Amino acid sequence: MIDLIAKNLPALQVVIPLMAAPVCAIFNRSRLAWLIAFVVAIASFAMSVALLGQTLDGGIISYHLGGWAPPIGIEYRVDVLNAFVLLIVSGIAVVTLPYAAKSVAQEIPREKQGFFYTAFLLCLTGLLGVTITGDAFNVFVFLEISSLSTYALVATGAERNRRALTAAYNYLIMGTVGATFFVIGLGLLYMATGTLNMADLAHQITLRGDTRMLHMGFAFVLVGIGLKLAMFPLHLWLPNAYTFAPSAVSVFISATSTKVAVYVLLRFMFGIFGFDYAYQQSTLQYVLLPLALLAMFAASLVAVFQTDLKRMLAYSSIAQVGYMLLGTAFMTQTGVMATVIHLFNHAVTKATLFMVAGAFVYSVGSSKISELKGLGRIMPWTSAAFVVGGLSLIGIPLTVGFVSKWYLVQAALELGWWPVAAAIVLSSLIAIAYVWRIVEMLYLHSPSPDTKAKEAPLSMLVPMWILAAATVYFGTHAALTSAAASRAASTLISTSNIIWQ
Amino acid sequence: MDHHSILRVVSKLLIPPIIVYALYVQWHGDFGPGGGFQAGVIFAVAFILYGLVFGVEAMTEVLPTSVIRVAMSLGVLIYAGTGFYALLVGHNFLDYESIGHGGHHAQEWGILLVELGVGITVASVMIGIFVAFASRTPKLKDEDW
Repeated sequence: MIDLIAKNLPALQVVIPLMAAPVCAIFNRSRLAWLIAFVVAIASFAMSVALLGQTLDGGIISYHLGGWAPPIGIEYRVDVLNAFVLLIVSGIAVVTLPYAAKSVAQEIPREKQGFFYTAFLLCLTGLLGVTITGDAFNVFVFLEISSLSTYALVATGAERNRRALTAAYNYLIMGTVGATFFVIGLGLLYMATGTLNMADLAHQITLRGDTRMLHMGFAFVLVGIGLKLAMFPLHLWLPNAYTFAPSAVSVFISATSTKVAVYVLLRFMFGIFGFDYAYQQSTLQYVLLPLALLAMFAASLVAVFQTDLKRMLAYSSIAQVGYMLLGTAFMTQTGVMATVIHLFNHAVTKATLFMVAGAFVYSVGSSKISELKGLGRIMPWTSAAFVVGGLSLIGIPLTVGFVSKWYLVQAALELGWWPVAAAIVLSSLIAIAYVWRIVEMLYLHSPSPDTKAKEAPLSMLVPMWILAAATVYFGTHAALTSAAASRAASTLISTSNIIWQ
Repeated sequence: MDHHSILRVVSKLLIPPIIVYALYVQWHGDFGPGGGFQAGVIFAVAFILYGLVFGVEAMTEVLPTSVIRVAMSLGVLIYAGTGFYALLVGHNFLDYESIGHGGHHAQEWGILLVELGVGITVASVMIGIFVAFASRTPKLKDEDW
C-alpha cells in the first residue's frame, strides 16, 4: 500500500482532491463536507512534503499518465520548484480550512456550504494540477479548473454583499480573456514546434531557432498569464474579487492563485524559452521591468487611500506581485530566487493579513477601516497578528518580508541597477503609510461605546497565529526557504539547457 | 403551453429518438465520431425540450434536482474511479491496460467507461444549468445594487 502511494504520488496529489470534490457535492452536508475537505488538504500537504523531500536534492520525478510516454502523453514532472509551490498551496489550504469553518458558517447560507467546499476542493485541485504538470496544454486545463471554481467561490460572497456578483462576473470576463490569450499562445507555440510537452518545447525551440510565430506565442502567453497574476495594468479584476469574496476565500486565493500564476510565468519564461532568448530578454527588461516598478508604486499609493481593509490588502497584493515580476525581470539566478522566495513569504504574510480582515468581518460585520476604531483593546490577538503581518509587508527585519526584499535588493545590486534597488526600498516606505493607518485606527483610538465586537473564536485565532508565527520563524530561519528557493532557481536554469548568460 | 398542440405532439414524437440517438453517439464513440460530451449534450436536449414545452416542474418530476446533483458528481467519480482502479492494480493512473484482458479489449473498455462518466456529467450539468436558470425567481431589482 505504502509502495503504491509512493509510486503514484504525483497523480494522487491531484486526483485525491479531485475525487473528494464530487463526494462533497453528493452529500452536500456542511459539516461533513468541511471534514472531507480538511482531511484531503492534510493528505495533499503530506504528499507535497514527501514530493519536496524527494526532489530537494535536485532529483526530477516524471509520472506518465495513462502509461503514455511523453512527449505524446501527459507527463507530471516534479522538480524542486514545483514541489516548493505545491507545498505553499497545500499548506495554505490546511491552515485555511480550520479558519473557514466558523467564518463560512456565518457568511454563507447553510444549504450552499456543501457546494462551497466542493468548489474549494476543485480550486485546490486546479492549483495543484497547474503546478505539478509538465504539459503546457494541461496547464491551461487546470488553470481553468481553478479559475472557474474561484469565480464561483467569489460569487458566494453575495450573501454578505451583493456586489460580490459583479466582482465575480468581472473576474470571469477578465480571467477568460486571459485564458484565451494563453491558449492562443499555446496554439502558436504548438504550430511553431509541434509539441506541447514543456521539456520537449524547450528542446524544439533550441533546435528550430527563433521565428516570428515564436515571438507571437511568447507575447500571447505573457499577456494571458499577466491577466491571471494581476500584472499591473491587467489587475482590474483583483481588488473587487478579493474584497467581496467570503473571508476564507480571500485568504486562500490571495495566498495561492496569483502565486501559482507567477510560477507558470517562471516555468514558461525560463523553463521553455530559456534565459538567453533575446526577444524575451528585451521584453522582460523594457516591458516587464517598468510595469513591475509601476505596480510597486501605483498600487501601493492606491492602497494608502482605501477605506476598506480587504480592499487595501488587495491593492497591496498587486504591489507585491510587482516585486515578484521584478525578480523575474532581472533574469539572474538571484532574481529568480528572490521571486521564488517571495512566493512563499508573500503567501504567508498575505494569508495572515486576510485572516485578520476576516476576523474583523466575523466580529464587527465589516472590514471598513473606520469601523476598526479601538479594536486593539477588544480584539488584542487579532490586532497583534495584523501588526506582525503588517511589519512583514513593510519588510522589517526578523519577518519574512525582509528576507524577500533583501534578496531582491541583492539581485538589483548584482546587476548594478542602483535606481531599482532604491525603488524597492522607497516603495516599502509607502507600505509603512498604509499599514500605519490601520495600526493607528486599532490602537490609538478608543472603541465606540456601543460596540458589540468580541475577540475572534479560537478556531480562527489559531490558524491566524500559526501563519503569524511562520512569518517570524521563516524570517529568522531564512536558511530553510532560501535553500529551497535557491535550488529551485538553479534547477530552472539548468533545465533551460541553454548557455547561461 | 396547453394550446400549442403541434409543439406538444411534435416534441413528444421527437424526444424518444433524441434519447436513442444520444445513446448511439455515446456507445459509438470508440469506433467513430461521437463520445461522452456530444452524447451528454444531446441527451440533455431531450430533457430541456420537455422542460421548455411542458414546464420545468413537469421535467423535475421525472428528474428531481437531487438526482441531477448526484449524477453530476457520479460521472466525475466514474471517470476518476476508472483511473483509480488502474492505479490500485499497479498500473499508472488511467492506464487502461489494467482493465479486462488487456490489449485492444482493455483500451475499448477503458475509453467506454471514461466516456460514460463524461456523458453522465455533461448531461446532468446541462440539465442542471437549465433548471437553475428556468426556475429562478429574480429576487433582485435594479435599484438594489
